[in-house]
Formats: sequence, C-alpha cells, structure tokens
Amino acid sequence: MSTATTQTPQRRTFTAAASNYIDERTSVSTFVKELGRKAFPDHWSFLLGEVALFSFLVILITGTFLTFFFQASMAEVEYEGSYVPLKGVEMSVAMASTLDISFDIRGGLFVRQMHHWAALMFVAAIGLHMLRIFFTGAFRKPRELNWVIGFVMFILAMGEGFTGYSLPDDLLSGNGLRIIDGMIKGIPLIGTWTSFLLFGGEFPGTEIVGRLYTLHILLLPVILLALIALHLMFVVVHKHTQYAAPGRTQQNAVGPPILPVYAAKAGGFFFLVFGVLALIASLFTINPIWNYGPYDPSPVSAGTQPDWYIGFADGALRLIPPGWEFVLFDRTWSFNILVPLVGLGLFIATVLIYPFIEAWVTGDKREHHIVDRPRNAPTRTAIGAAGVTFYAVLWAAASSDIIATHFKLTMEGVIHSLQALLFIGPIVAYFVAKRVCIALQKKDREIVLHGYESGRIVKLPGGEFIEVHQPLDEYDRWKLVSYESYQPLMIRPNARGKITVGQRLRAGMSRWFFEDRIAPVTKGELEAAHHEHH
Amino acid sequence: MAQDDHSGTELAAADSSHAETVPAVKTGTALIQSDAFENPGFPPHRPRVTDEDPKKEKRAQRTVYTLFYLSILGSIWAIAAYMLFPMEGNDVGDVRLNNLFIGLGAALALLGIGFGAVHWAKAVMTDVEIADERHKVGGNVVAREGAVKVFQDADRESGFTRRAAIRNSLIGALLVFPLPAVVLFRGLAPQDENPVELLSHTMWKAGTRLTLDPSGVPIKAADVTIGSAFHVIPEGLSELHHGKLEEKAKAAVLLMRLNPDELNELPDRASWSYDGIVAYSKICTHVGCPVALYEQHTHHLLCPCHQSQFDVANHCEVIFGPAARPLPQLPIMVDDEGYLVAQSDFTEPVGPSFWERH
Ligand code: HEM
Ligand code: FES
Repeated sequence: MSTATTQTPQRRTFTAAASNYIDERTSVSTFVKELGRKAFPDHWSFLLGEVALFSFLVILITGTFLTFFFQASMAEVEYEGSYVPLKGVEMSVAMASTLDISFDIRGGLFVRQMHHWAALMFVAAIGLHMLRIFFTGAFRKPRELNWVIGFVMFILAMGEGFTGYSLPDDLLSGNGLRIIDGMIKGIPLIGTWTSFLLFGGEFPGTEIVGRLYTLHILLLPVILLALIALHLMFVVVHKHTQYAAPGRTQQNAVGPPILPVYAAKAGGFFFLVFGVLALIASLFTINPIWNYGPYDPSPVSAGTQPDWYIGFADGALRLIPPGWEFVLFDRTWSFNILVPLVGLGLFIATVLIYPFIEAWVTGDKREHHIVDRPRNAPTRTAIGAAGVTFYAVLWAAASSDIIATHFKLTMEGVIHSLQALLFIGPIVAYFVAKRVCIALQKKDREIVLHGYESGRIVKLPGGEFIEVHQPLDEYDRWKLVSYESYQPLMIRPNARGKITVGQRLRAGMSRWFFEDRIAPVTKGELEAAHHEHH
Repeated sequence: MAQDDHSGTELAAADSSHAETVPAVKTGTALIQSDAFENPGFPPHRPRVTDEDPKKEKRAQRTVYTLFYLSILGSIWAIAAYMLFPMEGNDVGDVRLNNLFIGLGAALALLGIGFGAVHWAKAVMTDVEIADERHKVGGNVVAREGAVKVFQDADRESGFTRRAAIRNSLIGALLVFPLPAVVLFRGLAPQDENPVELLSHTMWKAGTRLTLDPSGVPIKAADVTIGSAFHVIPEGLSELHHGKLEEKAKAAVLLMRLNPDELNELPDRASWSYDGIVAYSKICTHVGCPVALYEQHTHHLLCPCHQSQFDVANHCEVIFGPAARPLPQLPIMVDDEGYLVAQSDFTEPVGPSFWERH
C-alpha cells in the first residue's frame, strides 16, 4: 500500500487502486509521507532496544498459543498424561496442563520453550538497552521521560517473568511463591493481610495461580503494550539519537530512510530474533518441570535457581547477617527482609531519577541528540560501573551455594566475601572506570595532537630514531574532538545575598562530577602542537 | 523535578569567560570553547563492491532469493515434522524429536526471511544516508500561546476556576468514588478468617502421631536410630481433602535422633524430646522454604533457599544466614504402643515472621 502512493495515477494497477481506496477512507498517505522517508540513525548498539521489542512480540505470539492449552486452575487431579514417571501423581490442573503442553501436544514443548527463552532474552535485552542509554547519556533532555518509561517497563518485565514462572505450579515455582509470601509477611503493618489477600487465604491456597494468570496474560501485557506504544511514539517525536560523526549535528538526524532500508533491516531483524529463539528452543531445554514435580511445601532440592533476572533480589536476601529481626512495641520488625526491600527500592529509585539528577547538576537545558562516548563523561560512566558492580554482586550472591560447592569454598567464606564486595566492589569499580575513561580521553588527545602511531621508524639526519606519526584527516579527528566538557559550579550568592543548602549541594555534586575533566583539543592547541614538530 | 528554571542565573560556572557565546537556551556549566573544531560535514560517499561490480551485485541478489526460498523449505519441513514425528507413545525420546525437528524447521523458516531481508537491505538496496532536520521538541511560541488560550477559554466558559464550589465538590467526588472498588477487593480472602489466628496454629495436637512424609506411616521411637533424620507430617494429613498443602506448609517437621549427650536442651524444654529424639519445624523462619538438608555429623540443618543454618544440638538456633529465629520445636513423647506423638501444637507460630507475631 505504501509503495503505491508514489506511483503515477495514470497507471491504474491493482495496488494503486487499493491504496487509493484505503487512503480515501483513512488519510494514511499523510502518515506515510511524513514517516516513510525519515532518516533513522544506525549503530549496532541501537539494536538492543529492537531485540527487546522483537522478543516481546515473540512472547505475545507464543504466549497466546499457550493460553489455548494452559488451564490456570489449582484444583487437584491425578496426572494421566504421557509422562510415565508422574502417572498417577496428584497435582494441580495448572501443572497437569503444562505437562500436557509439553508431552501431549505436538510442538507444544517447542512453543513453551520458545516463550520461556524469549522471556529471558526480553529482560536481558531491556537491561542491555538501558545500559546503552545510560552510558551514552541518551537519557538527557528531551528524553528523560522516555528513560522513566523504559525503566518502568524493565520492572514490569520482571513482574511478567515472575508471574509466568509461577504459573505451571511445579516445585520450583511454588517455592518461589513461598519466598514471596515470606517476604510480604515481613512487611510491617500490612504484610500479614497483604499475603492473606493475595493468596486468598493461607499459603499456598487454591487461588494464586488464577490470579497471577490474570496479571500475566491481561493486566501486565496491556500495560506493557501501552508503555511500548508511548515509548516508540516518543522515539518518533524526539527522533533517534546518533553518535558524533562528520556531518551529524544536534540539528539533524542522519541515517538510512525508514523506507526501504531501515524497514527491511528492522523487519529482517525481527525474523532473526524470532529465528534465533526458535533455534534455541528446539535445541535447549528450559524449565523441565517434569523433573521437579508438583508443588509440595516439604521437599526442595539444593542448587535450584530462579530465572536470572530475579537473582539480584534473591541475592540481596542472602547477604543479610543473622539476627536482623526484633520485637519492638509488641510487633515483629523483620529487618532481614525490610533492608533488602528498601535497599533495592532505593537502588531502583536512584536509577529511575538519575537523568533528573544529572540535569540538575549540569544545569544544561539544551536538547542533546548526539550521544556521548562513555569515556567523555567519566563520572557518569564511573557511577554506571559502580551500579553495575553492585547489581552483579547481588546477582552472584544468588548463586552463593553453587559458587561454594563448585570452587570448594565454605558457605560462610563466600557470603562474607560477597558482603564485603557489595560495598567495596562499587567503589573500586567507580575509581577504575573513572581512571580508564580519563586515560582514554588523554589518549584521544594525543592522537588528535600527534596523529596515530604508524609503527614506522625512521632515522633522522641527526642520527636519532623516531616513529612516524600518521596525522588524522578532519573526519577522523571530528569523532575525537566533538564533545563538550562541563566545569565545576562556583557558588554565588543569590539575589538576596544568600547561599542556600541546595546550591551548596549542587556545587558539591558538580565538583564531584566535573573536577577531573579532559577538554577536547581545540584548533589552537593543534596548531601549537604542529609548530612544536617543525 | 529539580529543574528550576532560574537556577542558571544564580549559579554561574566557575569560568564564565564564554558568557557571550551562551545561546538562548541555558547551557548550564557546559564549557563552550571558542576555537573548537568545526564539523567538517559529510565525508564523500564510498560505493560498496556491489555498487561497482555487477557480478557481485548479481550474486548478492541470488543470495537474497535463495534465502527466501530456504525459508519456504523450512516452513514445509516444520509441517512435515509435525506429522512425521508424532508423540503418541509414552516415550520421552519422541517428544525430543518432535521438538527438535519442528523447531529446526521453524528456525530455518524465520532465519531465512531474516537473513534475506537484512542482506537485501545491506548489499542490494541503495545505501545512501539521508539527513533530516531536527526541530525543537517543545511546540513553538504560537502553538504554546494557542494552547494556553484554549485552556483559558475553556476555563472562562465552564467557570472551572470561578465556580469553586462546583469544582471542589467534583474533585471530592472523583477522589471518593474509587473507594468502594477498593473495598470490594477485601473479597480476595475469606471474610470470616483471620490470618493471625490461622498462622498461630497447625494440625498438631496432643496425641497426634508423627508419620512419614508422604506415606503417612506412623513412626516408632525404636525405629529412629541415632544420626538418622525423618521427614514427618502429622497423622491424617494425607487423608485431608481440603487444605492439605496449607496444613502441610505449616505442619511439616524434621525428626532427628542425636546422642543425648550431644543434645544441649533448654531447661524448660527438657521434656520436649524423647531419648535424644527431637522434632523441629521444617519451615524456615526466614521466608519459609523447607529446611530440608541435614548434615549428620555436625547436627546442622541447612535451608537451601538462602543458606540459613540451624544447630539441632543447640535447640536449632541460627548459626549462619539471614534467618533470625530458631526453628520452633514440636514437643513430643511416646504413646503406649511406642509410637512418637506430639505433646501439643507448636508453642509459637511456625515459618516466616509476620508483623503481629510476638
Ligand atoms: C513480557 C511478557 C512475558 C514474560 C516475561 C513471560 C514469561 C513467562 C514465563 C517465564 C513462563 C513460564 C513458562 C514455563 O513454563 O517455563 C510463562 C508462562 C506462560 N505465559 Fe508468559 N510471559 C509474558 C507474556 C505473556 C503473554 C502476553 C501471554 C498471553 C497472551 C502469556 C502466556 C503464558 C501462559 C499461558 C503461560 C503458562 C504456560 C506454561 O507455563 O507453559 N505470557 N510466561
Ligand atoms: S527461607 Fe530459609 S534461608 Fe531463606
């Protein structure tokens, strides 16, 4: 339909007629004309968001297939399906129908595994996409709100994953719910009743799978879809960011046009993501619930793991030292649960508002469409490295038992090391990342001023040996010099001659951010460097 | 949030020598260098091999359509696999094959389209980039003034600001109307039950026999040898038709026999054990996983979920991990026939802590 809009009206082909029919009823041509030839900047790191989007589509497709066969009921039945070892075992209808999907419906296992693998890829892709946005500063004005939307989607995706993981009502999913139940009960004031309402009575009850099902296939997907629509709408409104390169400015967006090149690449990429997930699902088993058996509050095996994206929360629970619970005012205060909850909550909140913090510190109100190379924002990059390290330590803690048995260490040793690492790791990561960034910036300056080392050694007439440096052409140079640095803020009294606490804080933060900085080479400096050489 | 629009005027950059170059939008503390390099503009376009060599272009085209045909083949293969690899037998191997071959067919179908389209875009389609002009995201002055006027007109015509009584009562009504919906959610849990009450009791009563999980066979004290451990449920649990899992989630018990010399009992609980046999709740006091791993030579119980460890020899106190409270002990004795029975229910709620617990 869209291709036909450019055709000449004399040739009444079928496509032209059809396009005309549709346009006269929808005015879609305005839309095609507006969007069809928009430039869409291209870079491999921009694909991460697409992986997320496309794996979500795969999840929708496979999930819808699963709903035709899955039954979200916790009524007890005796399993009668084809999987012999569980024949006659009592289990919930949910578990039995999941086993049927796996063993009695041809291709069912394939779709189920594709759904689960796609879920893992979805959350991973959002996470990496978010890191790309963070480390390149793509969250700066005008994109702060889109950062918030994206991050909320990350949280919802974890919620989708957890609710989905709980649906088959197997041993592991029941254990996961048990842990959630225990955590909810530890929340002061509302915990006991929240758990009671959620589970429709005592744990585990017969309601939870049905309720999570509503969340999993209705509420959360609808919210996610709405947010995705909003997220993409903002991308259209803002236009995509781009890396600094010759010809690219804050005032333009450079890339292949949406039609045809970008559409072909992105459309093709959807099939690649879909295809890779199909390949993984056909080759690798995921969540073999038939090995775990139905949920029973009594047995559990060592070394079982939640899906990867829940790991950080599980790890946070594990790192609490013994005894963090008190009875005060006749009530139980479970700090062993509250501290991880509040700690993770603060971590998440900090990530969520980071764009606003940085904007406040720089005071920069301009739009930023050229993204930073991470080295050119050393403090931001260092903060990111610290955050990633914090998350990684929590994540590793979720496998503390496996680490201990695998490397033949004591459980206590592993936990105590991780506890220490949780605080020391981010600090070390911060300083290392910052130093590395600054070193890279210095190297960039060197290259701009003196050229690349060519590896060619020549003997000067005076007898000394020097390495010939290959000067940069102006295009290569531009990539290395086209960034801005910020200066630390100086405190000045306001109109009423006062220095407020807010100003002090801001100046302090600004010093922290921008005290160590390397400015890009200027024309004058390059000139001076050249004179030196001659 | 923290973006006050006046901040830039009160706080100046430490080096404000470039103040004259600051454009209309605040740059904050950005350092704008006066002799910075200028953007050199687009570099000359470099043609690809497929642009210059018609043979290579032909080959690229061939690759693209071959991939699309391969995709069709993959789809057909997947359909054929659906029929050729049934899973009617009770053989797990059949399921594996069915999964594998349907999957590989589908993967080929999808990857064929994917690689074909991407290759088409990269090698065959024109590769010139275009540049779009960006416009400031915020609407222009005219648009903004127009929007303000719309709201002012609407306000004037409706009297939203002027007619305070109407406005405030509407806001009130809008705030209150969702409350009934919130109240309806009370129905999520049974009306006539109280969780605190339920959490405080289990199936164990005076005289309830300790039986094996899951068979329900009662246990004689004589059968519990030193060093052994049993997974225990109360008698009658397996026969329950309703609420079996709920009861089990509270009543599951671990039974262990230690050498009485090694057992360090609290004075007021000395009568809770029988000849070195002790029974403890199996539900972790952290967040409720079953504490299922018993290390016989150390008498330690390990919870596999977050590695809390409890010392059975010392009334199950926590020796490591995030749990804070010892596992509750079930007082036991032996009945006339030599079977182990409970003396009473647990004397405290089992499992994870909760707010009303004390
Ligand atoms: C971002 C969104 C989603 C994520 C992360 C996700 C994740 C999961 C996971 C991890 C499972 C467990 C699968 C297993 O048994 O191994 C699951 C099950 C399930 N999901 Fe989703 N899902 C999502 C969206 C959806 C949607 C939109 C639908 C329906 C339209 C759906 C339908 C189902 C059904 C019916 C099951 C139960 C069947 C089964 O366990 O095999 N899911 N989901
Ligand atoms: S549930 Fe036992 S340690 Fe967490």
